[in-house]
Amino acid sequence: MSSRLVTRSRLLLWGGFAALAFCLPLVFKSGFLVSLLCQMGIMVVFALSYNMLLGHTGLLSFGHAVYYGLGAFATMHALNVIGKGGSPLTTALLPLVGGLAGLLAGILLGYVTTRKAGTTFAMITLGIGEMVAACSLMFPGIFGGEGGVSGNRVIGKESFLGFTWGPQVEMYGLIVIWAFVCTVAMFALTQTPLGRMANAVRDNPERAEFVGYDTERVRFLMVVLSALFAGIAGGLSALNYEIVTAETLNAHTSGVVLLMTFVGGIGFFYGPIIGAILITVMQIVIGGMTHAWLLYFGLFFLFMVLMAPGGIASVIAVQRNLWTAGLFGRVLPHYLATALPVAILLAGLVGLVELSYALLAGDAGVGAGDTATKVMGMQLQLRSPGPWLAALAITAVGLVLTRWIGGRASLAWNAALSTLHGDKT
Amino acid sequence: MNAPAIRIRGLRKNFGISEIIRGVDLDVHRGERHAIIGPNGAGKSTLFHLISARLPVTSGVIELKGENVIGLKPFEINRRGLSRSFQITNIFHNLSVFENLRCAVLWSLGYRYSFWQRLAGLKDARLRAEAVMEDIGLTRRRDTPAGILSYAEQRALEIGITIASGADVILLDEPTAGMSNTETEEAVAMIRRVTEGKTLVMVEHDMGVVFGLADRISVLVYGEVIATDAPAAIRCNAAVQEAYLGTTLSHD
Repeated sequence: MSSRLVTRSRLLLWGGFAALAFCLPLVFKSGFLVSLLCQMGIMVVFALSYNMLLGHTGLLSFGHAVYYGLGAFATMHALNVIGKGGSPLTTALLPLVGGLAGLLAGILLGYVTTRKAGTTFAMITLGIGEMVAACSLMFPGIFGGEGGVSGNRVIGKESFLGFTWGPQVEMYGLIVIWAFVCTVAMFALTQTPLGRMANAVRDNPERAEFVGYDTERVRFLMVVLSALFAGIAGGLSALNYEIVTAETLNAHTSGVVLLMTFVGGIGFFYGPIIGAILITVMQIVIGGMTHAWLLYFGLFFLFMVLMAPGGIASVIAVQRNLWTAGLFGRVLPHYLATALPVAILLAGLVGLVELSYALLAGDAGVGAGDTATKVMGMQLQLRSPGPWLAALAITAVGLVLTRWIGGRASLAWNAALSTLHGDKT
Repeated sequence: MNAPAIRIRGLRKNFGISEIIRGVDLDVHRGERHAIIGPNGAGKSTLFHLISARLPVTSGVIELKGENVIGLKPFEINRRGLSRSFQITNIFHNLSVFENLRCAVLWSLGYRYSFWQRLAGLKDARLRAEAVMEDIGLTRRRDTPAGILSYAEQRALEIGITIASGADVILLDEPTAGMSNTETEEAVAMIRRVTEGKTLVMVEHDMGVVFGLADRISVLVYGEVIATDAPAAIRCNAAVQEAYLGTTLSHD
């Protein structure tokens, strides 16, 4: 009875999210926002596929972009081969070609990488990632060299149910459908014997062998299946951007998907979804505002690793536990009280970072050694001490306030947590 | 069918130049409870590791129910009906008690690497896991992550995982180590119950447990079996007394 209830609420949740995803373009009408949504959808699939390895099987891969990139190239080539002979229905199904390419690459490379787990696995994936990235530059016929391979996703003369996938909004609809199908499939996988044994192999590979399971085989199957979904994500990206460059399969892309998954939270199925959405927004929004965005990105990652190693999903889970235990009211005022000093601290840090960046590296409008830069709408003189001292002062004030108020908040937080765990046992 | 559950001949194991197992011969009959005792460092755990293929054999013969198992991997031996527990608790820490046990029954029920069946729909796996959970007395801890169980509960789960697959040859490595007297009594009763009709081989330091539970006892000293006999005969064996009983058994 209870399991049926869970299933019904889960259905509602999933259906709600799907409906929400479909309706988002009604609110966010601008081309920029729709493109952003498209990228999020693709990254959600990619990050979830990555977490099949990191979170579910305990495999840290530094080369997951290989499957994503190969899936993208395969899809792009398939699109160009079919060309005028195809129809919008063919286009809609093309990510399957990407998935197939990922699957095949997974079988081939997984055979080598999954012999060992742990550090060995991580090192081999790093090596293979570099190898494939190097190959992509050596064979311009396949990978298009520096310029990449491009194509046109609008093929055929007729539309499919009125869709040609030409407009970005239609592409978004296609991405949502694929993302939804893949998410459901990946979730379903966690509820199968293989999915559970992957958890067992993650927790204790030795014991898994002594209950009859070949851990190498479990890892291999998980790599192959995760490569399938990474390939589908790559295929979607090929259709979405209509260009695939060698960067899609290099170490940077592998690093980004690792960050997304980790920041979102590897211990929860939905963690990578949060991570993919958040990091995509950060990349595009902050990337559009400042050239120092990679630095902020790094600082944010550092902050997450130190303060919330379980990722955002685990932070949410704790709040939910506090809420159900009726303890959320005790910590909420402290959250609100800490918000202001943290904002002051951040403003000061941003000021310092932007000033330093403008002085040392130069900005788009301001070359290195230039004398002025614009921070948060203010024109600041780099060579005069005023802005520097102001930024330092704001940072210092923010730091002191954060330590003071944050210290009290963390006391309240710890008290609430110990009450929570005390109630349980 | 008449072959012994385990037959070992001339088994040797070297770590570098040091010989830990020096020509062990041992027969474990089907359906008996066989205890292996011996002073610390005699090689009891190593012997278990060799039988279960956790460590590779240097030379010798190990047969499981008449079949040579030298060179097989641990999971291959497990699939042939031998299951073992560990001296240091070896469970799936992040999974619940129920999930630990369900993982332990999946292979033997033939679900292999299936990713096309829903776990929730596998009634036989659920029933078997629940039956074992009842046997080891952890039903009320069903959804507790194994990592936060008490020590005695983890030891019980360790044995539960070992027997869940229904293997007919069970190796228990110091199942009562670190337990209080009451816990030990409960554990012994539980072991007796869950290994009914199976072949049991165990390494044990607690002589009360050994003499209460075992049908036959083998004494391992410096990598050699110096005697295998019924408990009463082992007590009277001069060589055993000289090598071993004079020290530990007198405490019993």
